[in-house]
Parts: sequence; C-alpha cells; structure tokens
Amino acid sequence: MVLWFRTNGNDQMNWIAIGVTVKLAALTSLVLLVLGLGIAYWLSFSRWRWKFLVESIVALPLVLPPTVLGFYILVAIGPHSLVGRFYADLVGHSLPFTFEGLLFASTLYSLPFAVQPFAAAFDQVDRRLIEASWTLGQSKCKTFFKLILPLSVTGVITGIVLSFAHTLGEFGVVLMVGGNIEGETRTVSIDIYDEVQALNYTGAAKTAFFLLVVSYFVLLGVYAMNRKVWAVWPQR
Amino acid sequence: MAAALSLNCQKTFPGRLTIAAQLDLPLDPPSVLILFGPSGSGKTTVLRCLAGLEQPEEGVIQFGSEIWVDAARHLIVPPQARHLGYMPQDYALFPTHTVTGNIEYGLSNLPQDERRRRVGEVLALLQLQGLEQAKPRQLSGGQQQRVALARAIARQPKLLLLDEPLSSLDAPTRDALCRELRSLLLRLKTPTVVVTHDWTEALTLGDLIAVMSEGQILQIGPPQEVFSRPANEAVAQIVGVETVVQGQVSESVNGLVMVQVNGVAMTALAVEGIGPAVYVCIRAEDVVLEQAGISRTSARNHLLGRVVDILPQGVMMQVRIDCGFLLTAVITRGAVEDLRLAPGVPVIAAIKAGSVHLVPCSVV
Repeated sequence: MVLWFRTNGNDQMNWIAIGVTVKLAALTSLVLLVLGLGIAYWLSFSRWRWKFLVESIVALPLVLPPTVLGFYILVAIGPHSLVGRFYADLVGHSLPFTFEGLLFASTLYSLPFAVQPFAAAFDQVDRRLIEASWTLGQSKCKTFFKLILPLSVTGVITGIVLSFAHTLGEFGVVLMVGGNIEGETRTVSIDIYDEVQALNYTGAAKTAFFLLVVSYFVLLGVYAMNRKVWAVWPQR
Repeated sequence: MAAALSLNCQKTFPGRLTIAAQLDLPLDPPSVLILFGPSGSGKTTVLRCLAGLEQPEEGVIQFGSEIWVDAARHLIVPPQARHLGYMPQDYALFPTHTVTGNIEYGLSNLPQDERRRRVGEVLALLQLQGLEQAKPRQLSGGQQQRVALARAIARQPKLLLLDEPLSSLDAPTRDALCRELRSLLLRLKTPTVVVTHDWTEALTLGDLIAVMSEGQILQIGPPQEVFSRPANEAVAQIVGVETVVQGQVSESVNGLVMVQVNGVAMTALAVEGIGPAVYVCIRAEDVVLEQAGISRTSARNHLLGRVVDILPQGVMMQVRIDCGFLLTAVITRGAVEDLRLAPGVPVIAAIKAGSVHLVPCSVV
C-alpha cells in the first residue's frame, strides 16, 4: 500500500481542503448535537406505536449509496424545488455547490451516526430515575439537562465523534451536492481523488495519510472511552 | 367535610389486573395510611396514581381542595405540580450526584442559603453527616434508604409516598430503621401513604391500614381493628394475625418481658429498643386450648377465659375467648368436641412466649 511518496512537483498537502473539511465536520457535528439530541430523545421516550417509521428514515443514510442520497438532496435543494427557490429568494444565491448546501447534505448523511448512539444512551437511562426527578418537581426539560444528559455523556460524545469522523471522510454526497470548488466545497477526500486523477500520487498520499491518522485516532478515542480506559467520570 | 386525600379511580393493565380502589385519608390531623397486601395486589399502582406516574382511566383523585385527577374532564395534574415526596422501592438515587446533590436536587427553585439550610437540616435529622460528598454506590443499604428519605422530605412535601421503604434491607437493619421511620413520621406531621406487605411494618407505622387484594381495597381502618376484626375471610387471610391488642411492657428479665394487657400479665420474648407501649400480636394457630384446671405445659402463658363464640373456618373452627381481652384461636372440629367447647365454657389458652409478638405502638 502506498502511504508516502517523495517526488519532485507539487507534493504539498492541500491545507485549504483540510481547512474546509475540518470546518464542515465541526459544523456538522454541532448541528447534529442539537438536532440529533432532539430526535434521539423523541425516539427513546415517545410511546407512539409507529415510531419505527421515523427510526427507519433516520437509518436510511447507512444503507443508501451516497450518490443516491446526494442526488435526492441535489434535487430537493435545487433551484426548481420549493426549498431551493425559497432559499435563493432569502439569501440571493442557490444552495447547491455552496458550503451551506454541503453542510445541509452532510448533516443528513451523518444523522444516524449521531442519533443512534444518542438514542442507545437514552434507552439505558433507568426510567425510575426520571420518574423520581419528576416527583421532585423538575420539568421534563430540567430532567433532561440535570439527569439524562449527565447519565448519557459517553453515548453523546461517541455520537459527536462518529459524526465528525464520518463527515471527514465523506465523498459521494460531497461530489454530488458540493461540486469541487477550491476553498468552498473541495474537501480532503475530493482533493485526494483529484490528485490521483492528475497522477500526483505524492500529494494524494500525504493527504490520504493525514486522513488515515486522524480517523484512526478519533476511533481510538471513541473505543477507549467506551471501554472506560480512563475513569474520568464515575463508573456506574 | 374536613380536608382529605380522596381517591376513587380505576386503572386497567390489559390481561393482568384491574385496579378499582377507593380510599379517604384525613389530612387534619395528618395521618399515615398503610396500603397493605400481598405482592401483585395493586398497592404500588395506587401509590403511583397518587404520585401522578400512572394515569387512571376513570375516576377522581383529590387532595384537599386540589383536584389532581378527573378522568371525565381529562384533567391530570403532572407529578411536578403535586408537591410530593415520593420514595420508590429501590430508592432511585441519582448515581451521578453526591448525597448532597441528591438531597438538593428538588430544591433548585430555592435561594442558595435556604437550600443549604434545608440540606443541613435533613442531613442532621437522618444522621447523614459526614456522607455529604459520597456517591450512592458507596453507601450501605440503610444509608441509601436514609438518603432517599432525606431527598423526599427536603422539599417539605404536602404528601409523602413511600413504596416498600424497608423491603430491600436485611432484617436487623429493617427493624431498627422501621422504628426510626415511625418517630420521623410522627415528627414530620406530613400526610403519608406507605406501601408494605409486612404486617409488623404496617402496625408500627400506620394510623390507618387499607388492605388490598386483586386491585381492590377490602377494608380500611385503624390497624388494631383491621387485624382483630377483619371484615371478611379474605382480609383475615391477608393479615394473618387474628389477635392484636394494646399492652404495656412492665418489666424485662433475661431476654423475656412481662406485658400487661387489660390487667392480664403475659410473657413475651424481648425485642430490642421497644417502648413501653406495644401491640401484642398473636396468630390464631399459635394458641393451644386446654380444659380449665389441669394444665402444666412448657408454654409460658396460661390465660383463663370463657368461650365467646365458635365459628367454622374451612375445615377448622375459629374460637374466640374472652380472657381479659378477646383472643382468637383456630382448632380442629375434633378438638372442639373433645374439650366440649361451647359459648360460656371456661377454658385455658396456652401461648408460648415466642408466639407473643410485640410491635411498637404509636398510639399512646
């Protein structure tokens, strides 16, 4: 496997692409923290009998080819759609092939990576503790922040880290929705593809190696945390 | 009508049990109601309906002038708005919070210094000083029970609900904490509902006992009345102790105590830390009847009395004897014929000291 090449020519890492990627991953994680916690709370605590319908939709990005998802998102936010036209009227330019469009797409694409660990953590919280909190006069909202969230902290961090890592490496959806605009929508994975197409294996190898190392350490962190290697919070 | 907690509601668990309960608990003066019955009789569900954690399909729950549930009007006051102290069976202490954190959890609406004062107060009341920073998993069962109780009473609730408060403790701890709980409840003067299946707890803690079976409240009344005069056979079966009378411990020698009941002296095994006022409890099957005049057995108590009445009870006969107080015995038909028992006939009731159970009595 080619990890590292040394030739003449443009063999520098594309820091602009790395910057775009990290910004996209961080913002996606942030959006998913808010959105994902809400959806996961509903999935875990709702007694609606048809909630599996919503669960299946949330899990769709796990099985759909990124191009299929990307295609639908592109159509949905394009200038011919209602959403696309509304956004264009509001902001002055359309969503596809912009950073915001990319953020929207990658939020959808990484949704299950955040929601599933969140919901699994909420499912683990003993319902009797929640009831005890209610009888102590705490509203559902206060109970969430004072009790449920601290008890689910491992799952929440796992979800955030996984969506961050997943966004770092996404390719198909980015290509479909974001295009390949330097400094705007060209992410690391697309940059690597471009370099390989241009037969610049050295540049591709450096960036690929960077992505490999970052991804590995992110996953290392998640697994170590779930095994409780460091007892940084009280074990239950 | 004086202020009361009144509940009259129905809750169905499809395929399992329908709970249709009706009870009234006077709030002034505040009293302690025991929901007593075998497991699966619906006691906890009634308690959870009071807490607002279960929603009855039909009926009304009213606390004084506040209506908590009116199913016909789809009115259900959530648990947050009922101002309760609720202690579930396994305590449900918050594992992420310290002892102090658990106790002040429900006090977040109070100013800082008032909160600190309240926490200090209940820590002292329940002898939890020194454990302020401990996490629940570091505590013994008895300490956890106290923390859960402290958390429930720290808010100065209008109604205290305790679900099997002592059941997860070992027997010696349970006896000691039961007496502590009783003196605590007397001091708090908060209306309280306690779920239990243990008759000694029921007698020790309760001003009123509601006997439950299969989702129904069969009888409700003062403990002594419910135990001594069960409304029907089902209640008698559930309570299992036919004779409950008040007595005074007069002296204590060599692990035995003398108890005076209506001028009759009886010997019982000493119970540690038990006050002068006691309930004397005797199961009917522990009473042996002998013909008057010829008794010399190992039993420490020989009470001379007269038969009041004889009633059939299944294959056995229930004989009630007036020996200064009303004592119930259960003997076979053959024994009744042998002893030629009939109302008015003198008889000696023999009871071993170990069969005379003493339970602390809160009614003086």
